Amino acid sequence: MNWNTYTAHELLDFLKQGKVSAQEIFSSLSSAIKQQDKTIHAYVRTAETADILSDARIPIPISVKDNINIDGWETTCSSHILKNYVAPYDATVVRKLKAAGAPILGHTNMDEFAFGSSTETSCYGPTRNPWDISCVPGGSSGGSAAAVASDEAIWALGSDTGGSIRQPAAFCGVVGLKPTYGRVSRYGLIAFASSLDQIGPLTKDVTDSALLLNIISGHDPLDSTSADIAVPDYTAALVNDCKELTIGIPKEYFIEGISSDVKTAVAQAMNVLKAKGARFIDVSLPHTEYAVSTYYIIAPAEASSNLARFDGVRFGLRVQPAKPRKAAIVDMYEETRNQGFGREAKRRVMLGTYALSSGYYDAYYLRGQKVRTLIRQDFDRVFENCDAILTPTTPTSAFKIGEKLNDPVSMYLSDIFTISANLSGIPAISIPCGISQNGLPIGLQLSAKPFAEEILFRIAYTYEQNTGWHKKRPSLKT
Amino acid sequence: MSILTQKDFETVIGLEVHLQFSTQTKIFCGCENVFGRQPNTCVCPVCLGLPGTLPVLNKAALDSAIKTALALNCRVNSYIKFDRKNYYYPDLPKGYQISQFDFPIGHQGHLDIAVNGATKRIRIHRAHIEEDAGKLIHDSEEGCSLVDYNRTGTPLMEIVTEPDLRSPQEAYDYLTALKLALQYLEVSDCDMEKGSLRCDANISIRPKGETKLGTKAELKNMNSFKAVKAALEFEEERQFRILVSGGTIVQETRLWNEDKQATYTMRSKEDAHDYRYFPEPDLVPFIVEAAEIEQIRLRLPENPQAKCSRLQKDFGLSDYDATIIVQDQYLADFFEACAKHSTKTKKIANWIIGPLLKELNDRKCSVKDLSLKPEQFVILIEKVENGDVSNLVGKDVLMSLLQDDTQTVDGMISAQGLSQVSDDSFLEAIAEQTLSEHANVVQQIKNGNEGAI
Amino acid sequence: MITNSDIQYISALARISLTEDEIKPMAQDLSSILDYIAQLQRLDVDQIKPTSHVLPLKNVYRDDVIKPSLTQDKALSFAVSESKGAFKVPQIVDN
Repeated sequence: MNWNTYTAHELLDFLKQGKVSAQEIFSSLSSAIKQQDKTIHAYVRTAETADILSDARIPIPISVKDNINIDGWETTCSSHILKNYVAPYDATVVRKLKAAGAPILGHTNMDEFAFGSSTETSCYGPTRNPWDISCVPGGSSGGSAAAVASDEAIWALGSDTGGSIRQPAAFCGVVGLKPTYGRVSRYGLIAFASSLDQIGPLTKDVTDSALLLNIISGHDPLDSTSADIAVPDYTAALVNDCKELTIGIPKEYFIEGISSDVKTAVAQAMNVLKAKGARFIDVSLPHTEYAVSTYYIIAPAEASSNLARFDGVRFGLRVQPAKPRKAAIVDMYEETRNQGFGREAKRRVMLGTYALSSGYYDAYYLRGQKVRTLIRQDFDRVFENCDAILTPTTPTSAFKIGEKLNDPVSMYLSDIFTISANLSGIPAISIPCGISQNGLPIGLQLSAKPFAEEILFRIAYTYEQNTGWHKKRPSLKT
Repeated sequence: MSILTQKDFETVIGLEVHLQFSTQTKIFCGCENVFGRQPNTCVCPVCLGLPGTLPVLNKAALDSAIKTALALNCRVNSYIKFDRKNYYYPDLPKGYQISQFDFPIGHQGHLDIAVNGATKRIRIHRAHIEEDAGKLIHDSEEGCSLVDYNRTGTPLMEIVTEPDLRSPQEAYDYLTALKLALQYLEVSDCDMEKGSLRCDANISIRPKGETKLGTKAELKNMNSFKAVKAALEFEEERQFRILVSGGTIVQETRLWNEDKQATYTMRSKEDAHDYRYFPEPDLVPFIVEAAEIEQIRLRLPENPQAKCSRLQKDFGLSDYDATIIVQDQYLADFFEACAKHSTKTKKIANWIIGPLLKELNDRKCSVKDLSLKPEQFVILIEKVENGDVSNLVGKDVLMSLLQDDTQTVDGMISAQGLSQVSDDSFLEAIAEQTLSEHANVVQQIKNGNEGAI
Repeated sequence: MITNSDIQYISALARISLTEDEIKPMAQDLSSILDYIAQLQRLDVDQIKPTSHVLPLKNVYRDDVIKPSLTQDKALSFAVSESKGAFKVPQIVDN
């Protein structure tokens, strides 16, 4: 049986009914990986066997991005600099998953240190989009999205700093949620940009997204930025109607450069939701055009500092150049980091170092933080009049491998619709809402006030129940 | 043209003191904050800076910092935040130090010191909290350096003066006064040997009358107050020689070499000092309401200077006695406890400064480590004062009390028959009796045999 | 415009030794990004407070209670190079 093609909530029902064992689910996933992953390359390492407890509450295997620490596992951020580094502790989300009884299936591929929107910058090589293997799966959580889309995973965790869950979810036709900043503990997530990072679920449908968020969210005393706010049962929000909900359509998101497929799909989605009782209003987020710039100051600046610990002193790669240039220790640092980091990582560390350096701090970092305030205020104002905002997740469907790799600015602009949610800390979800003319999935993005994930789930669930896009799977030719 | 001498120059010194707080745990993780363990045994993923870890502030460290800032008469901000100071050094696991940049816990404080009998106010520019780095051990045998991260994450306060000190002696006096003030707070053991109190110094010289500061040197690696003074004296002289020979001072960091009693250029930190400070995104701001700060201020222990004046005023001690007694807050507490049992405060002070202090110094311990009871100490002093026992016997009894705190003065004197008797007729009777009992001995002595006894 | 000497300064700060042929493309990449970012200069932000944290969290503390540390073996288990219970690095010469 192809148990791997089901959702987690379906499998939980099957388990209850005795139709399947946890071990069988794990095995069907393992064989799917064995068959397809040579082509897709969603995983960087997988578990040979599953640790399944007899009394496990949710014994559904889960795949996690390679920047989430698992005790005793290599955890590398898909970077050469961390190759062979074995983590000595579990991330809080992993601890919670283990406590729920979910066996870890594997670490999924990603852009190196989550720097990218295509999963092409991984030191292990790119992941391919299961819908068209000449296309990227999006990124940086491309491995997680591709694994779920190709049924190599039931569900997965990714991390989202500027769209790294939602954009690959859109490109691969799965559901991706970036929770409110502070909803899910970051402890054990290898930091990219601390004030923007958030772990979230990539799933086959909205119900699984709510189920997984139930497991991973909540206050963590090990993360000072995790919110001490009670976690509701998110599955209770899965109601098939949008009565009395007001959804805002920000005019700034319907700009030049959006493909007509995307425009059409979003317009149709509005009709579906209208029929289920949603009211639509036009809203304005006037600072939207500054989001990418703001992000590309703040994120690299924080990253340049977060990546300073990869210095060859304690763990990971260490390279001592044969020919001494400066003091031996400085030579070691410089050579280790030059050889250990890929091109995009170096670019971002350099950019961030520049933005913080003496004489440039005010012009770049401080200004970036101020514009961040303006962007956040835009959302505060809009949410006074509506419950959610509806936009496309990305301006286009997946692009070709190699297409944007050498043009950083155009690569950065592929996150233009997702970045604002990170800058303002709000939750946002991407759900499949159509297929483009060239046969690639299209994503619909919904965002809401901080800690209003329930509204996102309700709208997304309503949409899903009245359409069939989430059931579409790529026909993989391997 | 007259020849310039050192007297034509003024020395300008500013000090940076690093104080380790003796909290149970480190500042951002639950590892024990302890000195002297085997290398890398008090470390965890957080203080090793492993990927994915996050800091969480120890409340006790913040409390100690606020107390310290207030004790140094600093203004304490209600809004407290942390910043990252970015630089590379193997003892700094994350590649940045969590510190404070634009909102230090305390600023605009001061500490008064005595200079030539007058009080001089040394302004404190700022006092901020940060995490300590690890320890580098140089292994010449293997030709490498070894890193021990046990110290990493020890809560640290950096106390920076304005350039108000004008001589190495003033610097020494400031450090002495600062250490004493800090000891009273009981936030640190202030032990330079263990590194819980460390001092770096900035020094420059300028022609007298000049208002602009000269180029400074930063001095590091002094392991005692004496070393600070010696390093500053060396540096004063070195800079003077450079200037009078027409040279220019280079701004640099110099290390004090204790064996050679000289400073040397520090080669490993020649970098551009571009620390790229920015707000620490992993820690949220801390708001300490003004009322709470006021409460902490009110609960501060009396500072040594105030205690010194009060001991003179309330107990009639001389400036000299009071000054000695307040050098150790436990000794001062002991004095006050004794003073509750007797009005002979001057005598108590004499006994504390004399035999007790000598004994404490011999034993290298503090009065708080002993269980000497103030009331027994007072009883002993009064017995000596009344002539019940001799001074010499009194000191013996003190030794016995220090050895065995279950004993009382009365018990010990009667058990050992040490009482000193002052009744003449009683003494005469005893003498008569003794002589008659030993009549033959008396006779032998009378016969010139002085060794008969 | 980012010059080659800017790149050299930043790469020294960031401890990344770029090779000669990496410097020019890096300067170009950073210049094109900074050109794009320059749009922010259009905004008047004088009266705007910077955002470091999106959530209004404050006063998150930990009690001063000792938690177990790693054993020395575990602490050194991932060490690139170790000796005498410590992490070994190239010699640092101070004097």
